[in-house]
Amino acid sequence: MIISVASGKGGTGKTLVATSLAFSLKSRQPVQLLDCDVEEPNDHIFLKPVITQKEAVCIQVPKVDEEKCTHCGLCAEICAYNAIAVLPDRVMVFPELCHGCGACSYLCPEKAITEEGRETGVVEWGDADGIDFVQGRINVGEAMAPPAIRQVRERANADGVVIIDVPPGTSCPVVEAIKGSHFCLLVTEPTPFGFNDLVLAVETVRELNIPLAVVLNRAGGEYHKVEEYCLKENIPILLTIPLDTGIARIYSRGVTLAEGMPETQEMFILLWDEIRKILDEGTGSLKR
Amino acid sequence: MKELVVLSGKGGTGKTSIVGSLAALAEDKILADCDVDAADLHLLLEPVVRQKNEFWSGQVAVIDGEKCTQCGLCEELCHFEAIKDFTVDPVSCEGCGFCCHICPVEAITMKENLSGHWFISDTRYGPLVHARLGIAQENSGKLVALVRQQAREMAEKQGAAFIISDGPPGIGCPVTSSLSGASLALLVTEPTLSGIHDLERVIGVCRHFGVPALVCINKHDINEENSRRIEDYCREQGIEVAARIPFDNIVTEAMVKSLPVVQYDSDSPVSRQIKRLWQNIAGRLSAN
Repeated sequence: MIISVASGKGGTGKTLVATSLAFSLKSRQPVQLLDCDVEEPNDHIFLKPVITQKEAVCIQVPKVDEEKCTHCGLCAEICAYNAIAVLPDRVMVFPELCHGCGACSYLCPEKAITEEGRETGVVEWGDADGIDFVQGRINVGEAMAPPAIRQVRERANADGVVIIDVPPGTSCPVVEAIKGSHFCLLVTEPTPFGFNDLVLAVETVRELNIPLAVVLNRAGGEYHKVEEYCLKENIPILLTIPLDTGIARIYSRGVTLAEGMPETQEMFILLWDEIRKILDEGTGSLKR
Repeated sequence: MKELVVLSGKGGTGKTSIVGSLAALAEDKILADCDVDAADLHLLLEPVVRQKNEFWSGQVAVIDGEKCTQCGLCEELCHFEAIKDFTVDPVSCEGCGFCCHICPVEAITMKENLSGHWFISDTRYGPLVHARLGIAQENSGKLVALVRQQAREMAEKQGAAFIISDGPPGIGCPVTSSLSGASLALLVTEPTLSGIHDLERVIGVCRHFGVPALVCINKHDINEENSRRIEDYCREQGIEVAARIPFDNIVTEAMVKSLPVVQYDSDSPVSRQIKRLWQNIAGRLSAN
């Protein structure tokens, strides 16, 4: 069972929810946590895993054998990303533009193009005190997150509970992290920014046909548009976490809520039970 | 003309709230929202759209079921696992066109993809260029580049002194697209271990692109010890900490009223810090 924790807006509490849920469930069943926020992975700060293995994230980029190349220009013509330029006397490859689709090497009439791995990041895994922990991290200066996310996702062991910490936003890295999950929790906060981005996140998750529910973080105050929207859209709010400077301080020290305030573990276990119930009943929030 | 881009690494540290206030404080500038997949700046600036444009970018493969002989070659060769059961999953398709080139019966065509929209708007603080990436779309980096290009053209035409851009979270493709070639990056961080970790990575990206950086610690009093760590780290790195903004619910109150905090309560400690920050930035931008 794969549960993704996403948000649209950054900083609403995805990491808090993902790590606390994993922490609370680990004594009851096998739990795996995949940190797919490969641009800024933070779960390791809270769960302090002992990393035992790692593998490089590589994009297969073209390598041109100038001996064989006749400068026919086909590779440059078919490359959708302008990652190859063919000049009269040589070929220039721009590896940072290459998506690694493999079309150029396959289609080269002279078989002059081979592929070589270009390292763009790393996937690491290990044990975090009973949690099976996996994270990806792209190298500073790299633009492309999806290949690293795909490689983290490949390590998912769907026999147990898999919790995915999703990057913020609504574009390709988010889709890559969420797709194929059985359920998506959207963490938001009761502010105009939180609400605006929640609506976008709901549209994204519905596009992927994944049942969803909301966690309302930093609740309290006078702004109620999130609750009104959820009611109207028939989206369950499964957990409400109050605005509390004590919680913010625990978080600031790199301690997850379920560890720093053990009495909250019950709350996360209930959250999990609610998700199970929704999935068992097949009543998710797929209604449009 | 000088271009300031506001980044953070970690989401939710207060980029947009600060940009909203800088918009109110700065004169003679063009505003740009480079967070194209979860944009929020418009919620503070209440833009009136003057011009709406389509953003066509990339392609998606489409298989003609009539012509397809179900040979399976496309599925076998696709590097993005976007083809299953002789249909293309448009969300997974990266538009490389490999399948279209190799289909033995020419059953696959590439269709242009409407990926989003971009806008030129008027706000009470001057013109704003902003965009909306379609749900679950790719190419956010290209859309960011387009927003910046439009902002630059407008700034040149109007002889504006500054461009102020609200950047996206993370360090990946939309961030590198927002940052490259900018005059100065303002990095908004918070004194949490996650905030510090992510700040270090985004400083690395600024260095990679040779863009000078300035740091602002938001909610500095949530954890004074971590705030000191950030200051020590920045000193080591030779980066100035230009503002220390206290935690204050007034920022959310202003947001609910759709106002930058410096307009909502210009004498609050938060507003005083942001005003000093802008003086510092304007001085730096005018000096070099």
